[in-house]
Amino acid sequence: MKILVPIKRVVDYNVRVRVKSDGSGVETEGVKMSINPFDEIALEEALRIKEAGKAEEVIVCSIGSKDCQQQLRTGLAMGADRALHVLTDDEVQPLAAARALLKLVEKEDPKIVFLGKQAIDDDCNQTGQMLAALWQRPQATFASKVDLDGEIATVTREVDAGLETLEVDLPAVLTSDLRLNEPRFVKLPDIMKAKRKPLEEIALAELGVDAGPALETTAFEPPPKRAGGRMLESVQELVDELKNKGLL
Amino acid sequence: MHSLDPLDLYSIADELTDEERMIRESVARFVDQKALPIIAECFDEGRFPTELIPEIADLGLLGSSLEGYGCAGLNGVSYGLICQELERGDSGLRSFVSVQSSLCMYPIHAFGSEEQKETWLPKMAAGEVIGCFGLTEPHGGSDPANMKTHARRDGEDWILNGAKMWITNGTLAQIAIVWARTEDGIQGFIVETDSRGFEARDIKAKMSLRASVTSELYFDNVRVPESNRLPKVKGLKGPLSCLNQARYGITWGPIGAAQACLDETLRYTADRELFKRPLAANQAVQLRLADMARRITAAQLISLRLGRLKDAGRMHPTQVSLAKWNNVRMALDIARECRDLLGGSGITLEYVPIRHMLNLESVITYEGTETIHQLVVGRELTGLNAF
Repeated sequence: MKILVPIKRVVDYNVRVRVKSDGSGVETEGVKMSINPFDEIALEEALRIKEAGKAEEVIVCSIGSKDCQQQLRTGLAMGADRALHVLTDDEVQPLAAARALLKLVEKEDPKIVFLGKQAIDDDCNQTGQMLAALWQRPQATFASKVDLDGEIATVTREVDAGLETLEVDLPAVLTSDLRLNEPRFVKLPDIMKAKRKPLEEIALAELGVDAGPALETTAFEPPPKRAGGRMLESVQELVDELKNKGLL
Repeated sequence: MHSLDPLDLYSIADELTDEERMIRESVARFVDQKALPIIAECFDEGRFPTELIPEIADLGLLGSSLEGYGCAGLNGVSYGLICQELERGDSGLRSFVSVQSSLCMYPIHAFGSEEQKETWLPKMAAGEVIGCFGLTEPHGGSDPANMKTHARRDGEDWILNGAKMWITNGTLAQIAIVWARTEDGIQGFIVETDSRGFEARDIKAKMSLRASVTSELYFDNVRVPESNRLPKVKGLKGPLSCLNQARYGITWGPIGAAQACLDETLRYTADRELFKRPLAANQAVQLRLADMARRITAAQLISLRLGRLKDAGRMHPTQVSLAKWNNVRMALDIARECRDLLGGSGITLEYVPIRHMLNLESVITYEGTETIHQLVVGRELTGLNAF
């Protein structure tokens, strides 16, 4: 069984995101980039499934510019067997990403496509669901626990009311939530070994997918600065203020 | 104009290969997640976090630049980056890895017999055997040619007598690489610490490197088999070549310590309001911060260049001396400045500068004092040995 893990290159979660001065987007020049943390959790889970003897191969893939290969190499160093890079310099929105992933699914025939529930840059939370629809296979999103038994995956999901457990027939799309696992540290010898693992480049156009954005972003701006607080003299003044604002 | 990374003003990260960058990120993550949450407490309690040894070994940090025997075979720049990230956590962590890798595994790898390599290196890479390095003696460290510890032949064995001082990992270690005078000049021995007549005692009441074990070693007629003598080196060049490896790593380490101090101080001075404006809005503060960034940048460039020279097989010991002198002095000065800028907060372990400041007092002393390194550079310039 193969598991396909799509990963996205995003601004590292520790970086304080800044809007470019011309408002055309978010600053990425000289900014640390990483694998989207939810995707890293998905990859960790795929690797654990393989290590438990329930999968033969874990393939990482990414869609984007040449720079994505840094994150693919990190995925290979974590333990993925090989990498696919869908090369494009255009912006790729969730629907285009799902269409491109569908082409990779048709090429590789995986039993599981394991994604992060969302990317921390645009927070769309759409690609996995769209892929399942296009592929016409079941989906189990926001997984906090995954058990595999033959052709069935039992997936625990964190929902507002508590924990929900789904059984889905494979092949299926799974997406990871934060508490699914804690990704491993990349071991230094494995970083050296990752250099020798195969990384295949495919142009997005070769897949017959048009990246043409469905949505156009017209402007970026940072959130407004918080207005400073004000010290009040007494409890009575506080109560009055709250009443004035209609909060009491 | 995009803004710059305050801790990497010259985008030196761009000069790294993908592998070097990944190595740095992996060690950085380990330090952030595993070391930083506990290290101030370890420093306070005066204990080395032995619980981290299995993970340090599992990451591949022990003997990482050696080839074979379960080691990763990384280049010099990668080893430097490991030291930088570890010391961003604490000099004690970096010291542990420096000693195990450069001072213990390196001489076995470079000067040991095949049997010694196979016996010790895989277990040392796995963190199952910890080593310590005995060169410095109680009467002084800067003059190893006059060491008093000696070994004499007795049949098939050697009998070792003497004492060593300021030995990192001494009471943690299963083996000690001990340098001793013999009739044939200075030689290195692998001394198993459970040998009769071997004793290690911790040095107490240290105000520096508190999250690290520092010991004294005593040898009272310790019998060492000939098979434990390092066969491929005689003379001071043995221990000095080990120190050259370790000192190279030490040029990188303090960059991490200085970055940690500057990073925290930038945040503190931005958030702290005094006279109705952030501390960072004062010229007096900005001049000091700017000077720190200048000195960190210079140190980064020196170490990266030194690493590239090392990887090309062209690193000269004098270059290591200048880098160790410059970079440790840089970090010590920055840690003291940051301690001061943090005001009262600066004296607590809740903030990093005082811990780094205290640690760096050791780093500027060990592996060649600042003065000795200055004199090495002086000798290079003049051709005259002044020490």
